[in-house]
Amino acid sequence: MIDDIDSQLIEIFQQGLPVVSRPYALIGQQLNLSEDEVILRLTRLKQQGLVKRLGVVVNHRRMGYKANAMVVFDVPNHLADQIGGHISQFGFVNLCYQRPRHGEKWPYNLYCMIHGKNREKVLQQLDYLIESCGLAQFSREILFSRKCFKQRGAFYQVCTKQEKVLSDG
Amino acid sequence: MDEIDKKIINSLQDGFPVCESPYKRVAKQLGLTETDLIGRIKALLEKGILSRFGPMYHAEKMGGALTLAAVKVPDERFENIAGIINSFPEVAHNYARNHELNMWFVIATDQPERLFEVIHSIEEQTGLSVYDMPKINEYFVRLKLEA
Repeated sequence: MIDDIDSQLIEIFQQGLPVVSRPYALIGQQLNLSEDEVILRLTRLKQQGLVKRLGVVVNHRRMGYKANAMVVFDVPNHLADQIGGHISQFGFVNLCYQRPRHGEKWPYNLYCMIHGKNREKVLQQLDYLIESCGLAQFSREILFSRKCFKQRGAFYQVCTKQEKVLSDG
Repeated sequence: MDEIDKKIINSLQDGFPVCESPYKRVAKQLGLTETDLIGRIKALLEKGILSRFGPMYHAEKMGGALTLAAVKVPDERFENIAGIINSFPEVAHNYARNHELNMWFVIATDQPERLFEVIHSIEEQTGLSVYDMPKINEYFVRLKLEA
């Protein structure tokens, strides 16, 4: 479980990690914590899986990854895990999920994202994926992105126990 | 962006250490000085090549919820609908895609109930039905774009 101090840390980290020599000491100063305490707590949040990773989100368009394909397949539900596991092994696949179908209007249940510098390259990689994983028998669609309207990391407001009690009351 | 910047981006996508002088440690691995690394990361953030640097949280474990949603938008209403959807602070990404379901966005909320409220409000304000496609399973990949 996380306590109020963890919640404050999580919130302050939303603004990103300070780009200074001792970033954890600087964060600590804002919360009246020692550098060691911040390091200890952050390490624990990582171990608990609340922090998935520490690192960067790159703006893929600015990096030249202009072709961004979401490929969806209609695979039998009982095969989704096996096929998803296989697809995720390919280095050029950036994300892979099973999601619910929406009847005949949207029968697809397996999603993967391929980011590439151009469409031809992405389509070549997709062909390779389809052949290697035996996906040709399943219906699919390729949705290239045309425009990005908004891109930011998700922000979370962490409610401490006390605040929850107050807002519930 | 030069070769050194590319090395930095590739390295940071693999993670960042939690220790007293993390930049110094990474700089050493990359054969740079700490000052040089700090300067370059700042510049990459300013140029918008890096859109975020820090901890990435696990939405569900934090007590929140996340979903992928899509709507079918008539061409002439595209900008208007994009404006409505993006006005929700819970909408994290929004992409136009070449399909009848032509607008795809991610909704992240701090409480699970809020997710349904946001979907409902979007439906009310746009008059469109929202296809809600939360993940059932995630197959783990190494999210990394070679610079």
